Amino acid sequence: MAASETILSVKDLRVRFRTLDGVVEAVKGINIHVNAGETVAVVGESGSGKSQTMMAAMSLLASNGEATGVVDYRGRNLLTLSKSELNQVRGRKISMIFQEPMTSLDPLYSIGNQLIEPIRRHRGLGAAQAREEALKLLRLVHIPDPERRMKSYPHELSGGQRQRVMIAMALANDPDILIADEPTTALDVTIQAQILMLLAELQRKLGMAIVFITHDLGIVRRFADRVYVMRYGEVVEEGEAEAIFVNPQHAYTKMLLAAEPTGTKAPPLPNAPVLLEGRNVEVTFKIGGGFLAGEPLILRAVDHISIRLQRNQTIGIVGESGSGKSTLGRALLRLLPSDGLIRFGDRDISAADRQAMRPLRRELQLVFQDPFGSLSPRMTIGQVITEGLLVHEPTLSGRQRDLRAVEALREVGLDPNARNRYPHEFSGGQRQRIAIARAMILKPKVVVLDEPTSALDRSVQKQIVELLRKLQADHELSYLFISHDLAVVRAMADYIIVMKQGKIVEEGPTETIFSNPQATYTQTLMAAAIDVTRFRLSA
Amino acid sequence: MLRYVFRRLLTAIPTLFVIVTMAFFLIRLAPGGPFNQERGLSPEIKANLEAQFGLNDPLWLQYVHYLGNLLRGNFGPSYNMPDFTVGELFREGLPISVQLGASALILALLLGSVLGTVAALNQNKLADYSVIALATAGSTIPTFVIAPVIQLLFGLTWKLLPIGGWGDGALINKIGPVLTLALPQIAIVARLMRGSMIESLRSHHIRTARALGLSDWSVVVKHALRGAILPIVSFTGPAAAALLTGSIIVETIFSIPGIGRHFVVAALNRDYTLVMGTVVVIALFTIIFNLIVDVMYAVIDPRVRYD
Repeated sequence: MAASETILSVKDLRVRFRTLDGVVEAVKGINIHVNAGETVAVVGESGSGKSQTMMAAMSLLASNGEATGVVDYRGRNLLTLSKSELNQVRGRKISMIFQEPMTSLDPLYSIGNQLIEPIRRHRGLGAAQAREEALKLLRLVHIPDPERRMKSYPHELSGGQRQRVMIAMALANDPDILIADEPTTALDVTIQAQILMLLAELQRKLGMAIVFITHDLGIVRRFADRVYVMRYGEVVEEGEAEAIFVNPQHAYTKMLLAAEPTGTKAPPLPNAPVLLEGRNVEVTFKIGGGFLAGEPLILRAVDHISIRLQRNQTIGIVGESGSGKSTLGRALLRLLPSDGLIRFGDRDISAADRQAMRPLRRELQLVFQDPFGSLSPRMTIGQVITEGLLVHEPTLSGRQRDLRAVEALREVGLDPNARNRYPHEFSGGQRQRIAIARAMILKPKVVVLDEPTSALDRSVQKQIVELLRKLQADHELSYLFISHDLAVVRAMADYIIVMKQGKIVEEGPTETIFSNPQATYTQTLMAAAIDVTRFRLSA
Repeated sequence: MLRYVFRRLLTAIPTLFVIVTMAFFLIRLAPGGPFNQERGLSPEIKANLEAQFGLNDPLWLQYVHYLGNLLRGNFGPSYNMPDFTVGELFREGLPISVQLGASALILALLLGSVLGTVAALNQNKLADYSVIALATAGSTIPTFVIAPVIQLLFGLTWKLLPIGGWGDGALINKIGPVLTLALPQIAIVARLMRGSMIESLRSHHIRTARALGLSDWSVVVKHALRGAILPIVSFTGPAAAALLTGSIIVETIFSIPGIGRHFVVAALNRDYTLVMGTVVVIALFTIIFNLIVDVMYAVIDPRVRYD
């Protein structure tokens, strides 16, 4: 494959954004090329400029961005083409799929309508012929019942199906190059595996080159022929995929390869006291209903689940989106109304109202997934993390609270001076540390961690996992660790509950679940995840 | 969808009932009554008049009578214009106000949307700043300034338009009042449209459309505009109810015999029946237009489903 001709070559590409803080250079003069039919991966963490490189090549930069250099596609510089010339290449010769399958399709038009539009535009086909082509494409990407799906709207499709439709649109005009910008990041692991398989299959059938933009080294090793590793807008290492994995040269590449969280957690002593217990917990949601609207639909998000969390234990709750794992976590903290018994220590809190729960909240803390949305943007870090003290330790003076804030920030590995700054000044990983400090300052006993690492880069994930482990060891904490990321769960939890559609599919000690999964669903989940992560683990 | 419309119309009945009841008792809380203005009526005549209109009856009885009449479609007589019933006043004035209001609304929606879209497509460029300046002017200059200026320039100086009057609905008589009514609305629509269009143009599916090499026309009109129009649709509901029921300022300045002036004059004169009539008309318009807006939403956005 290495001998085939170069069809796309990016030379000395620079991308700048004009912002209120001045000009930011996102891509600093990089060189990349793509040969016909090969698979190239551009790897990097967030902010490395990997997406902006391809956005610039496709002239899709935000309006404050500008690109200089050369993007040569078969002898034509894409950066200097007129708009109509460019539109002869975009969507026809080079096409692109994106990370956000949920929002990348126009919600107001049917799938059929959106598929037919680029076919008619680029191939000048009549409506009936274009419809036939669209149906063919839907079959090509294995959408079941394509006739019916043509009339569906995006919101009626699952994330995986939407990504399939995106792929169908991208392949509509038999492109030379398909650029896939984090095509599976927003999807569940089993769906991720399916989409990757589909891309591999389509590449074999159609022979286009694929450019993967990704932070996931598992995908890279499995699919890529060649790799570019990017950091801070520069290519720090490039080469054959195998060579890079076996013998990375640059320190950053080595760090990325070692970023998989490792280690395991020993179970708590058998006689450790049970801190939080749920028996037959059930959460139902009513959908619809009301005046003249008929019977509401009852959705059972958590369906008779029992769980016992001991001191110093970490229970990993694993499942795909919609499995009810977050709902369970919230119900156990009495943040959602539920049926069944919930005990905290020796207290029955099943019927405790908001008032009765307030004094207990201090010992039952929650850390959310989204480090960007969960910190109030108009409060300083000091105010954010000491707010709980105002409620739970009202006798503290301002000075004492400040000292506690310093202590909490030190504990999570942040500079105490951070307390006078605002959330937007911090990176995702730092914000997650702040969110953890906010929980830790109250000296809780139980912390529910709801996907605390999912929005973070791999190398940052590893740091957060290590921080959480250290805090657990120091304070004998109990964690409920909710996650869809099996690698992280394996490193964090000593016991695992696998959930699907509100029910427990399987539970047991971590190593048993990983080495010998019983339920078919767990096996599928493991296969999908390990298929992608295998190489990371062995590297 | 039909079921939904039917359900909404059913819930309109108790809503109207509550509005009518509150208005009935609230206006009576205001001191004075329809016949103790500065007309110097002798106490006997005043008592006679009040007896004739049943204003001496206990309040609850007046209320029951009013409701009964209303159910039969009878708004009662106007106390201050005894030659007319409230129904007659509306039959005469409402079509005029609706004509002017509807023309102004359509003008505002068309012109405002175009201006807003042009501004959004040229964000932070000259065209954008011009539209913003125009919109700011349109929404800050009050109608009682715009109207006389139009009269002065187009009527007196250039003699292009009549200064005022309805002229039995001649087109030329409508231009001044429609422009005055439309100008602030154009400003609001343009600003709304600019904002939602900017947001729409940034959305992921617009990026997809561009990546597919679709034409600018398709990207802007087919994909971006349809999503951006939703805030305009919500705005149109209350705006239509307000515009179609007339404006006292415009009708007074241009001497238009619409119903806009009744609102204020009737309240000042304690003309109870006329006040109640205007309340019912405005409430009905508001309910109907909000329903139309919600139906339009479902037509534009397939994610909105009511059944």
